[in-house]
Amino acid sequence: MARTIVVTSGKGGVGKTTTSAAIAMGLARKGHRTVVIDFDVGLRNLDLVMGCERRVVYDLVNVIQGEANIRQALIRDKRCDELYVLPASQTRDKEALNKEGIGAILEQLSGDFEYIVCDSPAGIEKGATLAMYYADDAFVVTNPEVSSVRDSDRMLGILASKSRRAESNEEPIKEYLLLNRYSPKRVKVGEMLSVEDVQEILSMHLLGVIPESGSVLNSSNAGVPIILNEGSDAGQAYADVVARYLGEDVPHRFINDKKGLLGRLFGG
Amino acid sequence: MSAPQKENPAESPFIELKSSSFTLPILKLFGNDLAVIGEQLSRTVEQAPDFFRNTPIVMDLSPLAAANQQVDFAGVVNLCRDLGMVPIGVRGGNSGHNRSAEVLAMAILADRNAKREAVARPEPAAPAKPAPNSDHVPPVAGNPTRLVTQPVRSGQRIHADGGDLIVTAHVSAGAEIIADGHIHVYGTLRGRALAGAKGNTTSRIFCNDMQAELIAIAGQYQVSENMDDSIRGLPVQVYLENHSLMIHPL
Repeated sequence: MARTIVVTSGKGGVGKTTTSAAIAMGLARKGHRTVVIDFDVGLRNLDLVMGCERRVVYDLVNVIQGEANIRQALIRDKRCDELYVLPASQTRDKEALNKEGIGAILEQLSGDFEYIVCDSPAGIEKGATLAMYYADDAFVVTNPEVSSVRDSDRMLGILASKSRRAESNEEPIKEYLLLNRYSPKRVKVGEMLSVEDVQEILSMHLLGVIPESGSVLNSSNAGVPIILNEGSDAGQAYADVVARYLGEDVPHRFINDKKGLLGRLFGG
Repeated sequence: MSAPQKENPAESPFIELKSSSFTLPILKLFGNDLAVIGEQLSRTVEQAPDFFRNTPIVMDLSPLAAANQQVDFAGVVNLCRDLGMVPIGVRGGNSGHNRSAEVLAMAILADRNAKREAVARPEPAAPAKPAPNSDHVPPVAGNPTRLVTQPVRSGQRIHADGGDLIVTAHVSAGAEIIADGHIHVYGTLRGRALAGAKGNTTSRIFCNDMQAELIAIAGQYQVSENMDDSIRGLPVQVYLENHSLMIHPL
């Protein structure tokens, strides 16, 4: 029985697709057969970030409408055997998605995969609500600024009330906070919300803090999930997140400012 | 009282005008199809014909007025009479409905519910309903206080109908909590809190940390901008005094 993870936020542009790609690659590299699904019909990005945009033949909407079977639509990642991508349609719109169709696809995938990562679109409309409907876990990606926190809060309310688990009164979706694009320098100066500030407003379990990093743009340009860039701080932070999610006790490395040699010698 | 006298008939106590109240059944109409109304009404009366025989009833036309629908008023009245009921008046109708009622010499009764519904109307289709899971405990019979133990998230709306509301977590910005009685937030209040929603001016709002966007008691409201800085972030109570909202630290 697969564990379904939705990567969602409410706010756009906070790093959902970057996170989905990184988490899926991270889980697969640890030997867990994983599929990552793009739910952003019409504005698909996951295939770009995963570097498989030139191999897309069939997509999620083709499968729902019976035009292709799931085997035909799944794209195997060239770098990791255990990782598959199910891209979204670019030409259709989200009206083509429906609850039953998605349910059937997830049911089918459940037999073959250990983890199903659903990359949600921004917003709280159909694409987003369908991406989270069948979820067991939710990674709520938040930037440490007021609009993102407000939107994440809204999304938490929706997760608690409009999911399949909520409707059938089962154990609720497990919510994890992923604080993305964090800059300790700006927090220090008071320009950015701190981890404590965000925790106070959202009161949820902190899965990880991903630092702001120039390497993320370079990676997505190259079609490489950031977690494969072991030299980058963001990549390392995602690796920590995957380890933490799988149960390891990993200390948070990127909340405080990195001190250079001089900084450490002379304090401050 | 003087003895009745034939010379001054105006002074003799032949009549007495007093007020009294009666509880009457209300027949609410949701559509204007006479055939369907007749069928559903007969089925209901069949279940307890004695209850309905010679019973005065009032017709509530508010759903029809809201949908701007006409109705064959005389037809409905005859249906009721055929089933043994005594229609005596209407309420909630629009001007058209009321004119038909007057023609048939029916009383036009005040719609006491109109104001209440305007204040406490449940949220339209938007996903702003309170979470239907066991953490939001509904009022228990005999104890109308509603207890909410999970954070009230942005966009959620909680309405404690007929009683007090207690929240033992925070209320996020963009959330709305409404109670007909008092509101207690044992956490940070960042959203909107409306107490005394049905007009109870003695209702109060209590919170551990006042950061509300808007507070209101019985319709008297104040937005965050107009609140004194000295009470922000403190445990406070809010109450009405002479139509003014008073916010005092606890």
